[in-house]
Amino acid sequence: MSALLEVDSISVSFDGFKAINNLSFNIGEAELRAVIGPNGAGKTTFMDIVTGKTRPDAGDVKWGTPPKSLLRMNEAQIAREGVGRKFQRPTVFEDQTVADNLTMALKASRNPFSVLGWRPSAASDDKVADLASEVGLAQQVGRKAGELSHGQKQWLEIGMLLAQEPRLLLVDEPAAGMTLAEREQTTALLVRLAQTRAVVVVEHDMDFVRRLNCKVTVLHQGSVLAEGSLDHVTRNPDVIEVYLGR
Amino acid sequence: MTEKLTRQPFILRNPQVLVVLAVLAVFTVAVTLLSQAYGSGVIPTSTVKVLGKTLCLALAAVAMDLVWGYLGILSLGQMAFFALGGYLIGQWLMYARTESIVAASLAQNPIPPTPAELQEGVANQIFGVVGSADLPLVWSFAHSLPIQLLLVLAVPGLLALVFGWLAFRSRVNGVYLSILTQAMTLALALWLFQNDSGFRGNNGLSGLQNIPGLDGIDQATLSVWFLWASALALALAYVLAAWLVSGKFGSVVRAIRDDETRVRFLGYPVEGFKLVVFTLAAMITAVAGALYYPQAGIINPAELMPIASIYLAVWVAIGGRGRLYGAIIGAVVVSLLSSWFTGGRAPSIHLPGYVVNWVDWWQVALGLSFVLVTLFAPKGIAGIFDRLGGILPPQRHGRDLGPDQGALQEQEAKA
Repeated sequence: MSALLEVDSISVSFDGFKAINNLSFNIGEAELRAVIGPNGAGKTTFMDIVTGKTRPDAGDVKWGTPPKSLLRMNEAQIAREGVGRKFQRPTVFEDQTVADNLTMALKASRNPFSVLGWRPSAASDDKVADLASEVGLAQQVGRKAGELSHGQKQWLEIGMLLAQEPRLLLVDEPAAGMTLAEREQTTALLVRLAQTRAVVVVEHDMDFVRRLNCKVTVLHQGSVLAEGSLDHVTRNPDVIEVYLGR
Repeated sequence: MTEKLTRQPFILRNPQVLVVLAVLAVFTVAVTLLSQAYGSGVIPTSTVKVLGKTLCLALAAVAMDLVWGYLGILSLGQMAFFALGGYLIGQWLMYARTESIVAASLAQNPIPPTPAELQEGVANQIFGVVGSADLPLVWSFAHSLPIQLLLVLAVPGLLALVFGWLAFRSRVNGVYLSILTQAMTLALALWLFQNDSGFRGNNGLSGLQNIPGLDGIDQATLSVWFLWASALALALAYVLAAWLVSGKFGSVVRAIRDDETRVRFLGYPVEGFKLVVFTLAAMITAVAGALYYPQAGIINPAELMPIASIYLAVWVAIGGRGRLYGAIIGAVVVSLLSSWFTGGRAPSIHLPGYVVNWVDWWQVALGLSFVLVTLFAPKGIAGIFDRLGGILPPQRHGRDLGPDQGALQEQEAKA
């Protein structure tokens, strides 16, 4: 299995606190992976490093084949390489319609002058309509995103990620604030997406992770504590100690 | 069933463009027909000049709205570009006119003057006031109108590009960026105040109302011509700005205003977009300045002081940020009211024991209305039009009905 993303012994500290400590992590071209860990384990920092928001003090992040380093790129360049990120809190552009939000995310040139010359076409309209119905917002395309409910905003953000057509999807707590029905939909979608691309899900909720039915990486104090199936890691005494305390 | 995405021509999607153009056309024709040069003469030439200058200020306000209302950068240095435009066109106006005067006086000599003597005479005339007789390097192209016109666009554009590149690249945002823009215009003003800056220090450039080569045409006619030019520039810039903010580009620009980080994660080079808008706005502002100062007749470094740019921000805020026509309304209404109240013609209010003299109290009233607008009507005057046009923010009262009920909140669900 060739690795799409290879995180090679990275470390980062904030004011002396080691948020990430010699962390290594690989993910393949089409793989679903759950990353779990207690608060402060470094899950969000890990995503910040991969997406270019935070620079590690040591180590390297390699991407694709032939591997190139993501560390020399800024957030926008990494996003254009095909790394999509879903934030914990839904961040959509509330003052713009669902259609505008999706159109902005559609895979196309990001250069200011190409954007200036960009015109909607029948194909782009269809794509927006398809994406909207895929995330259950077909009735809402003309509404402002700010009017949507919390769950709908989460879905819109997922729709925007899909529009970007990323090769690697980083999803931060997708189930937060969702109802049971919405969670089931989300699980199904993530599993389906992972058939054609790499998906990394950061999650607290063990039930949700169990439903994903995939390889699990447990982070603790900025490094990998255990890796394997959920049953495998939950039997690990270290994991039990970290999660349940003594 | 998917809602059909509506796609209409630009004008139909932006009916306000037609309205603005129509109002501008009617205004220009009306002023022309009432002017001394082309009509009944009801409007004196000085008023025609005030109206023409007001159109230039409105043009600067449209550019400010692009930068502040759409891109979200509260630039407090826009008038630096405005004044630069004025200085650059002023160089040609002053040089060419002085040259013709000097040539006329030297023509009485028995031997015709050489070009070097002519230039020396011009330099003496222009720079004698700051104790210099040499033509500074920055006046190298002052003899050529096409080059100076090009510089009107190029110099402010380049300044905005370099300043913006440095500031945006280091991700300076919010109030820090505002302070930086203010520092830029202040530094430029202080430099221009020096006698050896090459721009005649605090004397500035004067006599700009006399257009070289148009000696036979009186100010009454010229004032109407400049009004036409200003109206045309405003119309073109308005269409350009409306087009810019209407499509996907506008969508991205507004997204940068609302959540810059998120736009980065969508893969857009945020700095590039900021640079395009900031530079374009600087160039529009410079054109406004280049049209303003020939009508004003004089320019000096005081025009670049930060207060001028702050006024511009106040006009846009009162008119309505994020609405291009709001910027025009704000600039026209507030600047005309300002000149009326500070012109000494506004009747004082006689209170028992105190006389409210508007020359003194107008600043206070303006400041107070700025605070009130910011607090109670953040959309400014344009908010009234939004309300008339039925563009209302959703009424979001009551508790959330829960995720399964969609976006409706209690109050909406009842209605």
